[in-house]
Amino acid sequence: MKVMVPVKRVVDANVKIRVNAEHTAVDTANLKMALNPFCEIAVEEAVRLKEAGKADEVVVVSIGPKVAQEQLRTAMALGADRAILVETDEPMLPLSVAKILLAVQAREQAELILMGKQSIDGDNNQTGQMLAALADMPQATFASMVDIADGQLTVSREIDGGIQQLQLPLPAVVTADLRLNEPRYASLPNIMKAKRKPLDTLTVAELGVTLKPHQQILAVTPPAARKAGVMVASVEELVDKLKNEAKVI
Amino acid sequence: MTVLVIAEHDNVSLKSETAKVIAAAASLAGDIDVLVAGSACAAVAESVAKLQGVSRVLVADNPVYKAQLADNLAKLVVGQASGYSHIFAAATSTGKDLLPRVAALLDVAMISEVVKIEDADTFVHPIYAGNALEKVKSLDAVKVATVRASAFDAVPATANAAIVALDVVINSVCSELAHTTVASERPELGNARVIVSGGRALGSADNFAMLETLADKLGGAVGASRAAVDAGYISNDLQVGQTGKIVAPELYIAVGISGAIQHLAGMKDSKVIVAINKDPQAPIFQVADYGLEADLFEAVPKLVELI
Repeated sequence: MKVMVPVKRVVDANVKIRVNAEHTAVDTANLKMALNPFCEIAVEEAVRLKEAGKADEVVVVSIGPKVAQEQLRTAMALGADRAILVETDEPMLPLSVAKILLAVQAREQAELILMGKQSIDGDNNQTGQMLAALADMPQATFASMVDIADGQLTVSREIDGGIQQLQLPLPAVVTADLRLNEPRYASLPNIMKAKRKPLDTLTVAELGVTLKPHQQILAVTPPAARKAGVMVASVEELVDKLKNEAKVI
Repeated sequence: MTVLVIAEHDNVSLKSETAKVIAAAASLAGDIDVLVAGSACAAVAESVAKLQGVSRVLVADNPVYKAQLADNLAKLVVGQASGYSHIFAAATSTGKDLLPRVAALLDVAMISEVVKIEDADTFVHPIYAGNALEKVKSLDAVKVATVRASAFDAVPATANAAIVALDVVINSVCSELAHTTVASERPELGNARVIVSGGRALGSADNFAMLETLADKLGGAVGASRAAVDAGYISNDLQVGQTGKIVAPELYIAVGISGAIQHLAGMKDSKVIVAINKDPQAPIFQVADYGLEADLFEAVPKLVELI
């Protein structure tokens, strides 16, 4: 079975971002970039399926600028077999990404598409569901456990108020939640080996995908700053402030 | 302009998020229909019919909708979509699962976690863990969006809308094997007026009981940081943050939580934030209205005693 794992290059999770002076975008120049944490979990799960003998090949796909090759190499150092970069410098909405991934899937014919539940930049949480819709595949979002047996997928999903366990036929789309696994670190020999693994580059035009504009970004602004707080010296003072100043208890 | 709102429920009762999504939809000053899809969910439909601003309640009541699976629900929604200019759902796990699928089938983009509606085409939503707000204008004929419930006030239950039964039956290719819910006597995180949240510094699940005592005394809910959930101190559906619940209570008490970007994303719109931490450099103090540098094992019992 082939597993396809779409991955995204994003600003590192620990970096505090700033909105640019013109309020048109987030200033990402010269920031540390990384593999989106949820994508890392998806790669890890795909590699574990391979190690368990349940998958034969793990293909990672990214859509973005040339430098996104770095994140594809990272994914291959974690155990993915090969990579595809769909090179574009255009910012992409999740719907456009889903359409491009659908075209890649038409070539790859993966039986399982495993991806992160959301990217930590756009925070959209849409692409997996959209790809599943376009491919007319079932979906299991927010997965915290994945198992494959007899051509069926069993997935535990983290839902509000508890856990839902689903069974779904393959091919299917699964999106990874934080608790699916703990991603491994890439070892130095694996990082070296990843440099020799195949990485194909495609363009959106080569895939025959035409995209249309759906949204216009009018402004990007910083959130309202909270007014500076005070430090209290004791629990007594805290209770007094909450009762008499903030009046919340 | 007509808005279709997808109701959030568990087949037994309507979740409070729906009344907040209806409030968001009401700002568009058009008719609002609400779709209730579920199994044996008549009571839910009746609750929806009472909400102010609702024109019609469309009810698809069939066992195939019991588990609220995205593949067949999306087809149900798309089948009803003609004539609607907007399709909204709450940004809950069900809404997030369903709406992108609906949007893709309609070939429209989607806007996630809307916190402000400027006009029929223009929406504001947070990006980068809430560190920026993006204002987007939709160019699509149908606007599909999830609404962040904590950003809107619920509409009251004062009306009596018509209930219309839909006899559309669409099977899902998925089946639900199990559904476990975490029982709690406390208010839900999304509704709580007060939330007491704990982090890694609590040290154990037993120590979390201390926060539960404090929450009970304040009539509030208990939340947690990712570190506390990962350490197994508390169930993961109580995680507050970018990947957990987004809350905005009147009072948020963060105990032993350092205040990572991802946690702040889930609570920094709270009205009053209190931080109790023994590290004076903890980033949580930068957003706290009242900070107390203290050992939580001394401060929390004392707080319980004084309140």
